[in-house]
Amino acid sequence: MDSALIPEGVKRCSFPKFFIGIAIVGAVVLWGVYGMLVCWLKGLNVTGMDDYYGFALWIWADLAVIALGGGAFFTGLLKYIFKVDELKNIINFVVILGFVCYASALLILAIDIGQPLRGWFIFWHANVHSMLTEVAFCLSCYFAVLTIEFIPNILENRQLDKVPFFHNLSHNMHGVMAIFAATGAFLSFFHQGSLGGVAGVLYGRPFAYREGLLVWPWTFFLFTWSAAAFGPCFSMVVLRITEAVTKKKLVKDNVIHLLAKISGWMITTYIIAKIIDTIYWATVTAPSMGLKMSFFFTGEGNGPYNYLILITEIFLCGVVPGLLLIVKSTRENPTTRLIAIILGAIGVSLNRWVMVLQVMAVPVMPFDKWALYMPTWPEIATTILPVAGGIIVISLAYRYLPVFPQEKELNEVTVE
Amino acid sequence: MKQNNKQAHKFGMVIDLDKCTGCGSCMVACMSENNVPVKEDESDKKDSITWMRVYKLNNNKPFPETEICYLPRPCQHCSGKGDHGHSPCVSVCPATATDYDYSTGIVSQIYTRCFGCRYCMGACPYHARYFNWWDPKWPDGMESYLSPNVSPRMRGVVEKCSFCFHRYQLAKEQVYYDGEERIEDEAAYQTACTQACPAGAIVFGDLNNPDHQVTQIVKPNPHPEHDNHDVVGKSRNPKVFRLLERLGTNTKIYYMSERKWVRKLGDNYLDGEWEKADNHHGSSHG
Amino acid sequence: MFPFCFEWVWDAGHLLFFGGFWFAISILGAGMTWCILKALYETIYCDGSDNHH
Repeated sequence: MDSALIPEGVKRCSFPKFFIGIAIVGAVVLWGVYGMLVCWLKGLNVTGMDDYYGFALWIWADLAVIALGGGAFFTGLLKYIFKVDELKNIINFVVILGFVCYASALLILAIDIGQPLRGWFIFWHANVHSMLTEVAFCLSCYFAVLTIEFIPNILENRQLDKVPFFHNLSHNMHGVMAIFAATGAFLSFFHQGSLGGVAGVLYGRPFAYREGLLVWPWTFFLFTWSAAAFGPCFSMVVLRITEAVTKKKLVKDNVIHLLAKISGWMITTYIIAKIIDTIYWATVTAPSMGLKMSFFFTGEGNGPYNYLILITEIFLCGVVPGLLLIVKSTRENPTTRLIAIILGAIGVSLNRWVMVLQVMAVPVMPFDKWALYMPTWPEIATTILPVAGGIIVISLAYRYLPVFPQEKELNEVTVE
Repeated sequence: MKQNNKQAHKFGMVIDLDKCTGCGSCMVACMSENNVPVKEDESDKKDSITWMRVYKLNNNKPFPETEICYLPRPCQHCSGKGDHGHSPCVSVCPATATDYDYSTGIVSQIYTRCFGCRYCMGACPYHARYFNWWDPKWPDGMESYLSPNVSPRMRGVVEKCSFCFHRYQLAKEQVYYDGEERIEDEAAYQTACTQACPAGAIVFGDLNNPDHQVTQIVKPNPHPEHDNHDVVGKSRNPKVFRLLERLGTNTKIYYMSERKWVRKLGDNYLDGEWEKADNHHGSSHG
Repeated sequence: MFPFCFEWVWDAGHLLFFGGFWFAISILGAGMTWCILKALYETIYCDGSDNHH
């Protein structure tokens, strides 16, 4: 039915099967859209947030998808600036993933603000000293970069490519992609960092606050580093899922091994920096504000958290995946590699959780209480919405666009 | 007038916690003065708007040694680290919707500029900022009692205590009308909570004016503290303290109490630190 | 965002922040403009024939 749109030389499932799959995910999207409309029309009183928990599930999801989508800028940097040529076999996929993640982040932000129609104030009336302003500017610009990086792949669709203008445009964009990628890396450095800065500058919140370099708290650099380190893990996880769903090998092992190795070293160096940061914060920063580290985790018996979250984030989901990916044997073993990249993706998400939700939970005034928060269905629906939307975008891209240059070679199709 | 200078006012407050009976008059006065809407169900305090909130503290001791203290908490109008005007909330607002006024020391909120990101609420350790989760509503007939001097706020924006800024504006107009240059008279500008307190526990005035009672009680140290350069304006009165002073937020709300356990609850201390701080305060300035 | 917005100040913060922003926007804008104009030129003046393979 849609065979004229499918790239040449590759096999796709039948259209009805594809349609049913999309319809199921589409139903989830509709649920999310309903939740979104409820939030917009009724206001944020439909959420579980309150004046103690003004930042909640959405902001965590926002930070997490941006970190997970960090694979796009880092892989683009490696491919176009450092000329790691093997990565050309995965770059299209990583860009699409980044596009989905950043589109999700922008959508979530549009739902999260109390006056969505005033969203443009952040640009027009910008306070250049706010980390959130930096996030908004760089995030929007980088989304434009990702769109630019995605366009040539869209134009390579079999039918679109027949249009001479599109064909030429796609070719020209490929020609200057290094400049776009460099701009993207510049923007990403700042928005990933400023997302870290959002928490790090809060000197009224001892759990989040960090000293730093000039105007940037240490979390600024840690967030950028962790996004570059763990982003590729998420790219590899989604690739693995795509391969499992399509029952095909889509990228050669040497490409994956290379990306995994780079990611492993990035994770290991990041986690060393993170451990140093944690020790300094626990022994110098927090005590200077009159607080012991144990207070933030155990709440002297009153808190909902415990040290397990710190151990899970740093050791289980940081040190372990780092080591598994830098050791050749475990990196090249599909099972241990899969464990490592899943742990990595969980680790960075957990870090963002800690830097948003745990920050909000901790009381600062000695007579205040720990704050608790439980998301409501509109929050959950709108958080799942971009995930479902992302699945549809990736499915459509995989079906109709030449996303994986090695697919044909790895899956020879006998012409019927 | 980028920095605090001698010409500028620095409005602040000292609240005598030993006088406060927890009657809540300040809260009521504040709500009616500033057109704060009323929720249909006010039982969940975590999303109702109380610019002035009275906390109930206790000394955590069993009967008969139990003691209670009520602590009214308006916006603390922080001057920020080093007294430079970079309050925790002002410095983070992405849309310049909250501002530090160097001529009064008041942290303002521009409702029509705020787009409701709530970053300022996350930044404020005092929970002095409130979000309008609902459309503002008042019980039937109460609309007639709204103050024409204060704009009501719409759903989806943040609001907070403004030190009754409209009263400052009215006082300024009066001063100009009288042919004077600036507000010198303490009584010319007073907040609603100050006037409503039946116990006289709240004293409001200009911390830069040595004739004002608040300055005489607080005796603020204009210089940064030796052990923490971020802290400026620490009280030289040993019975006076500020909330979370060590963070360097440099609030302009001072609290006063004879009771040690109350003063201790003003900040976080590691084991043994409080005794040292209290003794030092007492010996050097007391 | 623009010098005519009333909160604009000619200070280092604004110059660095918006300098970086407008620089990035200019690169993206100029890059895309170049790609589109070149593609239009090739489409119109090169008979639509495929020059890239």
